[in-house]
Amino acid sequence: MNFGLSDEQELLQEALRGFCANECPPNRLRELFDAASGHDASLWKGLAELGVLGLIVPEAYGGAGLELLDLALVAEVMGQAALPGPFLGHQLVSLAVASAGSEEQKRVWLPRLASGEAIGTVALAEDAAAWEPESFRAQVQGNRISGSKCFVPGAADADLFLVGVAGGGLALVERKDAGVSIADQNGVDRTRPISRVELSGARCEPLSGGAQTARHVRDAGLCVLAADAFGAASKLLQITLAYTGTRQQFGSVLTQFQAVKHQLANMATELEPTRALWWYAAHAFDQIASESERAAAIAKAHVTDRALDVARGAVELHGGIGFTWECDVQIWFKRLMFDRAFLGNPELHRERSARLAGW
Amino acid sequence: MDLRLGEKYEAFRSEVRAFLREHWPLRGADAQLAPERQEKLFRERALARGYVYRGFPRLYGGSEQAPDALEDMILDQEFRTAGAPRDIRGIGPAMLAPTLLDCGSEEQRIRFIPPTLRGDLRWCQGYSEPGAGSDLAALSSRAVLDGDSWRIDGHKIWTSEAQSADYMFGLFRTEPDAPKHAGISYLLIDMRSKGIEVRPLRQMTGGADFNEVFFSDVRIPADSIVGRRGEGWKVSRSTLKHERNLIGDPRYLRNSFDSLVELARRSQRNGRPALEDSSVRQRLAEIEGYVCSQEYSGQRQFSAALRGQELATLLPILMNKLYSTDAMQRITRLAFDLLGGDGLVAPVAEEYGMASQLRTSGGWVAQYMFAIANSIAGGASNIQRNIIGERGLGLPRDPRAK
Repeated sequence: MNFGLSDEQELLQEALRGFCANECPPNRLRELFDAASGHDASLWKGLAELGVLGLIVPEAYGGAGLELLDLALVAEVMGQAALPGPFLGHQLVSLAVASAGSEEQKRVWLPRLASGEAIGTVALAEDAAAWEPESFRAQVQGNRISGSKCFVPGAADADLFLVGVAGGGLALVERKDAGVSIADQNGVDRTRPISRVELSGARCEPLSGGAQTARHVRDAGLCVLAADAFGAASKLLQITLAYTGTRQQFGSVLTQFQAVKHQLANMATELEPTRALWWYAAHAFDQIASESERAAAIAKAHVTDRALDVARGAVELHGGIGFTWECDVQIWFKRLMFDRAFLGNPELHRERSARLAGW
Repeated sequence: MDLRLGEKYEAFRSEVRAFLREHWPLRGADAQLAPERQEKLFRERALARGYVYRGFPRLYGGSEQAPDALEDMILDQEFRTAGAPRDIRGIGPAMLAPTLLDCGSEEQRIRFIPPTLRGDLRWCQGYSEPGAGSDLAALSSRAVLDGDSWRIDGHKIWTSEAQSADYMFGLFRTEPDAPKHAGISYLLIDMRSKGIEVRPLRQMTGGADFNEVFFSDVRIPADSIVGRRGEGWKVSRSTLKHERNLIGDPRYLRNSFDSLVELARRSQRNGRPALEDSSVRQRLAEIEGYVCSQEYSGQRQFSAALRGQELATLLPILMNKLYSTDAMQRITRLAFDLLGGDGLVAPVAEEYGMASQLRTSGGWVAQYMFAIANSIAGGASNIQRNIIGERGLGLPRDPRAK
């Protein structure tokens, strides 16, 4: 029995931490954040070289053939670094094609997704409350799809969209199709910008499995978002520890005051035990099918909720400077706002977890 | 990650199950005995099989098994499922006996450990004093060596079970001139000694589980000391490593949470089961996030300990007490809300017992109050926050007395 990481998993995280520190140092992160482009070709190429873009793509198609837990561990580091880029959607498309694509679809797309040559993303929600497969309305007629999607991350840079269709299924749509048009939304998280995507009779190819596939992809997304949120919140805690450990008031560093020490201890205590929660959810996705849907729902709801508590404390403990554009706290604060709202708020997933428990 | 136990341990589990099927509950004439006699008889059989008191040598009444945390875990799970008695709980077997094993004299071990494990000798713990709670080293109750006996004067407080205990293990200042942590000795005191007065303290629940104990000119034999003079602090610390099993038990949270869901099923809101009310479902699901976190974090700590890598999980280990007592407060708070008007009714005496806990509204009302007590006992929450901040996050220490 081992509820822990393998040496390889720890090395993977370490390598990626090194990459983020070298390739996206604070001044570079700030540039990308201010530009809000959400994509940097050299970072993307670097991630491809590290092998993380094709992490869960089967080896036969040029990927590393690893599992969701490995991907979640990568997402934790990305959250810590607030690394800009269309990583989340890209991974979910790869997972969907690998698990429900035809042989032809796998052969065409997986090697390109694994190498990073093609970028994928997910186009699911059609309004603010409609994240669930049952609420997709985009209509398919023959091999043409029409509908309107919003909150599509990284759409501007994507080559391939994974689109939710009426009935709960998923289909692939190519960006270059004449029936696809994209309009940027002013996304709150400038490391992961979002767009509206209009589909007017665009050519589409359905994936197999219908709503079952959509739920599978959704569960993976929930685990990845929880891991990203955990990483982002632990970074905020780290930033706040450093700040309160040097900032002086009344002749002492802030951490000398018990009120501050206790608040930091509370923030850490809310967060740290949730690490095992998203580890378990990702592991259940890989190995314990009967528990995976519920574990993913609980992890996403709980981790993003606790993470936002940490973010609130981080701003408050910085005082006025914490609310400025200049202060880096906002980068992770907004990353967490994304993680919490994308694929549905805690309320949605708590209701689902209650239903799944038979309550 | 791999949460499977593997063949060897699954075989052990089957063996334990077979034993339990055969021996618990007791059969035939044995089943007619008084409940305590039945427990005793069963425990003797389990001892012979090596299933109880595994860490204690046979000489002292244990079953002397090689340490194996996974076997312990399996025994714990299977005995619990079968409702079978395992090691007697309480501070005697859990704290005093291991302390004597580590620091006691051979005479003390032979005299005290076997009857303690059998449940024939009951103990209370004399640490806290009115002026020495969180700052335990400030204790001032004195023991003076006078010929062949110690003469004790002082005042202990929050002493659970002092009314019924046969003996107290406690800390007393024996070298008044030594610095704070030095100068304390660990003594074993016969509670029937002349000069001891036990006064129950009435709790907010109405019950009286703990007491004040007054010592005036109490005489105990000189050989009642465990370890060396002035090293009582060290002796009491030796027990701490045995305490890990007692705190932050995630199964306790899970069981209480399951009872909470049952309560929500039975309670009514607007003429329907409260469990169908969306605000109740939201609160339940949020609390379950805490319960699951502690459950999996516990498994992670357990795994790390199996591999001798506790250091990797130091931070969550330091958080166990604060986290689980806080989660328990969330559980009992929702229960209290679900009770509605029944929350106005004080529990009756039987509802404090473990058996009726969380099955009656009075049991929940009692538990709501106890959950707050548990946030204080054994290191209050703000002490835990200091420990997490200082040892876990590396924050500067609070100013302390020299």
